[in-house]
Amino acid sequence: MTVIGTREHLKVVGTRPIRPDGVDKVTGRAAFGADLALPGMLVGKVKRSPHAHARILSIDVEKARALPGVKAVITAADLPEIPSEESFVGEGPMNFRDLSRNCMARGKALYEGHAVAAVAATSGAIADAALDLIEVEYEPLPHVLDVEAAMAADAPLLHEDLFTQGVEPAPSQPSNIAKRIQFSLGDLAAGFQAAEVVLERRYTTRPVHQAYIEPHACVASAAADGQCQIWCSSQGQFMVRAYCAKLLDMPISSIRVTPAEIGGGFGGKTLVYLEPLALALAKQSGRPVKMVMTREEVFRATGPTSGAAVEVKLGATRAGKITAAQAVLKYQAGAFPGSPVQPGCMAAFAMYDLENVSITGYDVVCNRPKVAAYRAPGAPIASFAVETCLDELARTLGMDPIALREKNAARDGTRTAYGPTFRDIGYVETLQAAKDHPHLRTPLGPNQGRGIASGFWFNVGGESTAEVHINEDGTAVVVSGNPDIGGSRASLAMMAAEVLGIPVDRVRPIVGDTSSIGFSFLTGGSRVTFATGMAVVQAAEEVVSELTRRAAMIWDIGPESVEWTDGAAVPTGAHAGKFDPLPLAAIALKAGRTGGPISAKASINAQGAGPGFATHVCDVEVDPETGKVTILRYTAVQDVGRAIHPSYVEGQIQGGVAQGIGWALNEEYVYDGNGRLENPGFLDYRVPVASDLPMIEAVLVEVPNPRHPFGVRGVGEVPIVPPMAAVANAIHAAVGVRMTDLPMSPPRLLAAIERAGR
Amino acid sequence: MPRVVLSGSAGRQFTGGQAEIQVEADTVRRLILELDRRFPGLGKQVEEGMAIAIDGEIFQDAYSAPLRPDSEIFLIPRIAGG
Amino acid sequence: MSKNHVSTTINGEPVEFLCETQQTLLDALRDELQLTGSKEGCSSGDCGACSVIVDGRLVCSCLMLAVEAEGRTIETIEGLARGDVLHPVQQKFLQAAALQCGFCTPGLLVAAKALLDRHPDPTETEARYWLAGNLCRCTGYDKVIRAVLEAGAEMRGE
Repeated sequence: MTVIGTREHLKVVGTRPIRPDGVDKVTGRAAFGADLALPGMLVGKVKRSPHAHARILSIDVEKARALPGVKAVITAADLPEIPSEESFVGEGPMNFRDLSRNCMARGKALYEGHAVAAVAATSGAIADAALDLIEVEYEPLPHVLDVEAAMAADAPLLHEDLFTQGVEPAPSQPSNIAKRIQFSLGDLAAGFQAAEVVLERRYTTRPVHQAYIEPHACVASAAADGQCQIWCSSQGQFMVRAYCAKLLDMPISSIRVTPAEIGGGFGGKTLVYLEPLALALAKQSGRPVKMVMTREEVFRATGPTSGAAVEVKLGATRAGKITAAQAVLKYQAGAFPGSPVQPGCMAAFAMYDLENVSITGYDVVCNRPKVAAYRAPGAPIASFAVETCLDELARTLGMDPIALREKNAARDGTRTAYGPTFRDIGYVETLQAAKDHPHLRTPLGPNQGRGIASGFWFNVGGESTAEVHINEDGTAVVVSGNPDIGGSRASLAMMAAEVLGIPVDRVRPIVGDTSSIGFSFLTGGSRVTFATGMAVVQAAEEVVSELTRRAAMIWDIGPESVEWTDGAAVPTGAHAGKFDPLPLAAIALKAGRTGGPISAKASINAQGAGPGFATHVCDVEVDPETGKVTILRYTAVQDVGRAIHPSYVEGQIQGGVAQGIGWALNEEYVYDGNGRLENPGFLDYRVPVASDLPMIEAVLVEVPNPRHPFGVRGVGEVPIVPPMAAVANAIHAAVGVRMTDLPMSPPRLLAAIERAGR
Repeated sequence: MPRVVLSGSAGRQFTGGQAEIQVEADTVRRLILELDRRFPGLGKQVEEGMAIAIDGEIFQDAYSAPLRPDSEIFLIPRIAGG
Repeated sequence: MSKNHVSTTINGEPVEFLCETQQTLLDALRDELQLTGSKEGCSSGDCGACSVIVDGRLVCSCLMLAVEAEGRTIETIEGLARGDVLHPVQQKFLQAAALQCGFCTPGLLVAAKALLDRHPDPTETEARYWLAGNLCRCTGYDKVIRAVLEAGAEMRGE
């Protein structure tokens, strides 16, 4: 693993200590969502629609309620009816009415697996038996799964009240198209006029699931005075609290959410499914209720990301300057509006300096589970299309694919198609590092090929609270409010240790519950090391100020004469050399006498998150008899700002690459003619396993983000953006077949090879 | 006076399709108030659904972010992640 | 319905528990014995998060009935360390940063131990195929394989 870039004299940041939660995780002690048991706890289960689209005519729960051992039964009738209201509490816009109806169907089942009722009973077996006793009368309706089929005028209609936004004049008839959006720059027609080469291509992708190994799980309890507790794995305990409060019409202060360790999220756990139901069942029964999804339920009923149809048109001069770029992105949102087509549109051409651009996007509903965020939502699909088309453009022009990208690369001062101007970005550095990497000089054999692709993600900042407390023995506790998905506790402890000047093993990071720490926006958007890190640094710096004041008091000199160096107070100015340095532990011992406990808090809304860029190089070997693709070699170069803990930055890159490879080669949902999912399990929903992948070389380029005290840039999402095109371009180089439909699974590739007559 | 550009189609239904607006404001908060005064409903849309790029730097939910008379301001859709 | 009484050995200790006939060994470990280190990821034997070792054989505990544990010797993640001394695979996982969310980690560690017990000097390919039954969505397996190979080297005294 290589790190490129300047590095100042830092003691902790940039090293690779053992993560603070590591021992618990390698011994099985770490407590995930399903690991908690409370006295008197009931088991909750959900009854789900067998139909992809149906009116719910009636639900009779009486037999279920009467079954011995059943303590609570709920349907939509037991939940408040929520009016349509957009909110930005969680990850991206969320309409609370839609969220409520996604958690529990009201009036209509909109996908196979849609929750229609829930029970809590003294055992799982009794809960299952109770579900069978719930009688639901359905009127099945025609269903639609595919995005373009759902856009057709005669498509089955999901929502009577959905009128396309963003179209002038506003339509008078409802449709499945929730929104049309548009971004443009310059003069597209003139741009294509000036082009000497024009390429127009169409690409299609299928929905894929985040496929975290831990199914959704929670325990909820409610006391008679309305005080509720939820223990769950999620990407944000404050998001869970806010959503449950809204969906159950309760004050936020009456719910306390404790974050369990989370077994993967990738965006799929930035909303709620079980928690409001568990809470409603706990209130009705007066007992704690545990709900855990089966793997089947995770696939049938939780958000995958969109499947899409994307059209790309590129115009360029023979010298390789792109003069015009156009894209139309149609993303399916599942049962309720809210696909990531908007960020997909904004990210599509973000890596390039273009004068004439037009991007149009459609958000389309269909009878599938509601789409949820998945690592750089929207961007991997758009980049699969654009980066593949660019590869074809490079070949048409006889240009090296990296050279074509360098010629058109976004740099400091480039104006993006979606508006802002880039500052302090590291895209060309990743192209350069990829060019210089020995991977490019590795020889290739028959049926082997090399593909290049680039990627981009915005990264966000947002609200975070952090506290730093100094213990009586000079060790420190750092409390913050973000579930640790990728190793953020380690980075936060390291940044605090760096500022305080003490070894990192004397800093203990804790993730607090919603009543123990101030508000934090959820873990997502590659924000925690950046934004929560910023809050930690601010709090640690305040502690250092306080420590120097206390030392001044101990020495009886003015506080302006004290500095903090290497974890100790040092007298300066007129008092230089008069006292030995006073280490943190010595000051901590006298905290009471010098004014009281030493701690500080920072509550911020972090701005200035810097975007991330990557360039990936992938070598494949294609078996022309079976269509099987073997990944031989993979190098992922990424601008990471500053790697606080390089091992976990590498880990984010390697994990994102693996997910992208799965998306490229195998992952898809298979439906039967009735809109029922045929592969709701890991045997047939094929994610990459250890024998599918080689070692993944992660190259960290550091172009520091000047808006963060340590130069941090979000890193977690960018790595999933390039792999699909990198693999597709490598397949083309290997066997001369241009794949435009994902996944590029063996049957599909074999058919394409045979069609091409190779 | 800062020039404000509505990036993309979002928000243009409040301005009758107008993409560029001249607005007198020295902070984001005042910008939102002024936009809502001139185009009722736009302020809420900007506040809840959009981020603001000021001279290239993106701000989200930042009332106090300052605007200079020659600032280049883009209103872009809110950015999230996964 | 009366429960079944099972006598077995878990992590070197004699253990007794009651269970329903249809409960899996995974259910019994987690719900009857509070050994929650083994995880349920799929309950169809496809993800390996529930991996345990039964009479020296690597097994998905979700595919075994609890009653089948009668008279057998079972090793779970909770038995890998000896007191506060970690097994070399556990230590190497920490040093190599071979975990992120940690949910698949217990299963991977048990499977890795089973590998090294049987094949003390695996190649990278052998390690990858042995561990193909343990899904990980966070790491891309790179650091996992490195950690396993390094643990093997240490156990061989290199």
